[in-house]
Amino acid sequence: MSLLEISDVEKHFGPVQVLRGVSLTVESGEIVALVGDNGAGKSTLMKTITGVHNLDGGTIRFDGVSLARKEPGEIRSLGIEMIYQDLALAKLQDVASNIFLGREPTIRFLGTPIRIIDRSRTEREAEKMIKKLGARLPSVTYAVGELSGGQQQSVAIARALTFNPKLVIMDEPTAALAVREVEHVLELIRTLRAQGIAVILISHRLTDVFAVCDRIVVLRQGAVIADDPTRNTSMNAVVAHIVGAVEPAHQGNAR
Amino acid sequence: MSTESDAASVPPPRRRSVVRIESLAVLALFCGVLSFLSPYFLSVANILNVLLATSVIGVLAYGATFVIAAAGIDLSLGSVLGLAGVAGALSMNQLGLPWPAGVLVFLAAGAACGCMNGLIVTLGRIPPFIVTLGTLGVARGLALVLTNGAPVYGLDPAFVYLGQGRPAGIPTPVIIFLGVGAICHFVLSYTRFGKYAVVIGDNESAARAMGIRVDRLRVALYSLAGLLAGVSGLLFAARTNAGDPTAGVSYELTAITATVLGGTNLFGGRATIFGTLVGALIMGVLQNGLNLMAVSSFYQQILIGVVLVLAVWLDQINQRRAKR
Repeated sequence: MSLLEISDVEKHFGPVQVLRGVSLTVESGEIVALVGDNGAGKSTLMKTITGVHNLDGGTIRFDGVSLARKEPGEIRSLGIEMIYQDLALAKLQDVASNIFLGREPTIRFLGTPIRIIDRSRTEREAEKMIKKLGARLPSVTYAVGELSGGQQQSVAIARALTFNPKLVIMDEPTAALAVREVEHVLELIRTLRAQGIAVILISHRLTDVFAVCDRIVVLRQGAVIADDPTRNTSMNAVVAHIVGAVEPAHQGNAR
Repeated sequence: MSTESDAASVPPPRRRSVVRIESLAVLALFCGVLSFLSPYFLSVANILNVLLATSVIGVLAYGATFVIAAAGIDLSLGSVLGLAGVAGALSMNQLGLPWPAGVLVFLAAGAACGCMNGLIVTLGRIPPFIVTLGTLGVARGLALVLTNGAPVYGLDPAFVYLGQGRPAGIPTPVIIFLGVGAICHFVLSYTRFGKYAVVIGDNESAARAMGIRVDRLRVALYSLAGLLAGVSGLLFAARTNAGDPTAGVSYELTAITATVLGGTNLFGGRATIFGTLVGALIMGVLQNGLNLMAVSSFYQQILIGVVLVLAVWLDQINQRRAKR
């Protein structure tokens, strides 16, 4: 049994069929790249996993549990985290609040059953997480909107890693970063693999993809047209698949 | 993302204050000018007077704060105040309910209206501006239909005490106004419910992605605003010893103005109840001052409208500057 099993997933928005029977598996500790042209359905596929979009057909199982009809909160608590392309940060709230968004630790208010947010613990643990990532932030009490793009990215990554996920989905995590910062993210992805955490990496930067990924899945017009171990494919082959220069019959699907 | 950090350049942690300093400054300025213009202004009696006059609007503005925090708007607050007042008064005078049960009717009527607003906004995916504008008409019309347009006079004296009593010399509405404010402040600033209200206003899709049940929460927020409008309706009825179907006309305008003056972002994501309290006091002091100077209430209407637009405008300038 694989960690994540996606089979025959379909999704349409009105008359537009975005996903046409996508099947894909991810193992624990595996880094899978999901590549494809704009509009190929990468982000939509990921959002069906995280529960932001409902499925119109097919099944998704994680750790043997069906994710159908589950809400984003439940899916997060099963151990799936996603770093969204737009980062999904509340810009007017501070770093600590964002890292614990939806999972604020609470304490009893004066011994009553009323629970209030444990502000000092939130800040303490957010601080710890930021430090562990080696991110450089002025303070976890700063509003996220006051930070640079790279710093905001760090906050989104910290949030995804704080609650011991089993699968981390990253949608273009390096798009907003400087070259040196990109290296940090790639290093981080390798660390996750070493800890047995699975990663799905969506990226347009094929050099990054070839640098860290174990397997490369190409999505084209809502369907998987290639799914090869990185060592069995090449930059040229992947590009050809992305732009559709290869006949489906000739695709080198080694699996 | 780098491990090296030089302690010297680390800025100090930033603490979110409970109220914008500008709001307090405006309040202080108004008070200063008025105490100069009228020696009567700073007397204890007049200060209690201002608080009393502010209590109905203030409680209404607390509700507006919760809704606006989540990037919503509730234009029906004044009408719901009127309908709740009529429903409560009728329940005691027509149905013969004892006054404690009547109190619950005020609150339930308000909360029911708010709940309807919330359900229509979330299930119908209709902008709250339109939904609550509709409710503004419906609730006011219902209040007039229920009473045939005539106020319901002569309520239970025990109930009227809630509006006219003065335990320890302090008017009961002032106690309720400040007490409810303390509870609302607690809810908005310390609980997950309050935090999520603000986060929804800040970035709704992020809130959803992080597992916050946005729709449920939004219904709860409108219900809470309705409930608080019910409290306002109760205060109004108890103060005037009547359930008046025309009570609270255009009060939402003042309530929203007070909220924005208090530093709550009209487009969500930032809100404090303490700020709204200050904002409501600014409006109260303004009206009190105009009364002391014998300015016609017609002009006061004009002024409230101008202050609303000014407050939002200044806030926008502030934010644009903050975003550099």
